[in-house]
Amino acid sequence: MKHVRQFSIILFISLAGEVIHLLVPLPVPASIYGLILMLFGLKTKLIPLVAVEDVSNFLLEIMPMMFIPAAVGLLDSWGSLRPILIPFLVITLFSTVIVMIMTGKVTQFFIETDKKKKGTDHESNNR
Amino acid sequence: MNQTIGDFLFFGSVLSLVSYEMGIQLKKRFKLAIFNPLLISILIVMAFLSVFKIDYTVYNDSAKYISYLLTPATVCLAVPLYRQLNLLKKHSKAIIAGTLTGVLTTMCTVLLIALVFGLNHQEYVTFLPKSITTAIAMGISEEMKGFVTITVASIIVTGILGSIIAETVCRIFKITDPVAVGIAIGSASHAVGTTKAMEIGEIEGAMSSLAIATSGLCTVVFASIFANFL
Repeated sequence: MKHVRQFSIILFISLAGEVIHLLVPLPVPASIYGLILMLFGLKTKLIPLVAVEDVSNFLLEIMPMMFIPAAVGLLDSWGSLRPILIPFLVITLFSTVIVMIMTGKVTQFFIETDKKKKGTDHESNNR
Repeated sequence: MNQTIGDFLFFGSVLSLVSYEMGIQLKKRFKLAIFNPLLISILIVMAFLSVFKIDYTVYNDSAKYISYLLTPATVCLAVPLYRQLNLLKKHSKAIIAGTLTGVLTTMCTVLLIALVFGLNHQEYVTFLPKSITTAIAMGISEEMKGFVTITVASIIVTGILGSIIAETVCRIFKITDPVAVGIAIGSASHAVGTTKAMEIGEIEGAMSSLAIATSGLCTVVFASIFANFL
């Protein structure tokens, strides 16, 4: 019964996300509204963590497989892909790698400067 | 016997799950990043469908039940995010800076390569939303009159590529902070990369989920600006 209730809560939030998606004219998918709703629910303790945790862990664990059907769909878009295959591959490969490096480096830089600043603050307090 | 394989309700899901399991086993045996279970399973399913001449639509009719769980699973990304909420508050400045860098870098590299290859406007806008989650990206591509099928294809390839290279890239470029690793993976390769980030660790996974939402929303704004540049 525990899992039934957890799954119901998660599906209910997904449904609420769909309703918001229908009402708000923005290109934001139902799942992102759902994510925000769930985070809000957890934060306000409206939804206790234990009320969704087990089923969430399960769904997150099997999440990678959910992309298989859509990815196999590449078979069907092969026709429209072929004329621009080379720019397609260059853009996809190059920009994915560069974006990962830049984003990681910049985030890490800010975290480290923050830490250093706090470190020196701490030292001056000790003096 | 007029039955075809497409009449079986569980054919698509079983084929997908078994292929994924084979991917996991391969990964265990040859600990190489290229043996990514998702990539392996996609290739196995594609090969199976081609060899037995099964239409994608026939396969997808029975495999769509796994994709159906994608929305609830995305909703559940809020759970690790909630558990790491303190870390999010503590590093909010770094996270915002990182996300903005990610979105702008995507736009600039796409613009640059589009100029090099002499792509036209419609081809160019097709690639602008390539690093974000499919549902947001489809909306953007449609809005800007891009080729939506190609947008989706580039998103999927980006995601798989991101999850394959994530660990290697972070090691080579010494991105070691879990928050930075997560934001990098999520910004570069959306939900597919996030599943990899979850494997690496809870903080990485939570930050990567956060980046799906933030970089997706930032792309809505920046793509419409960058669309005017070519």
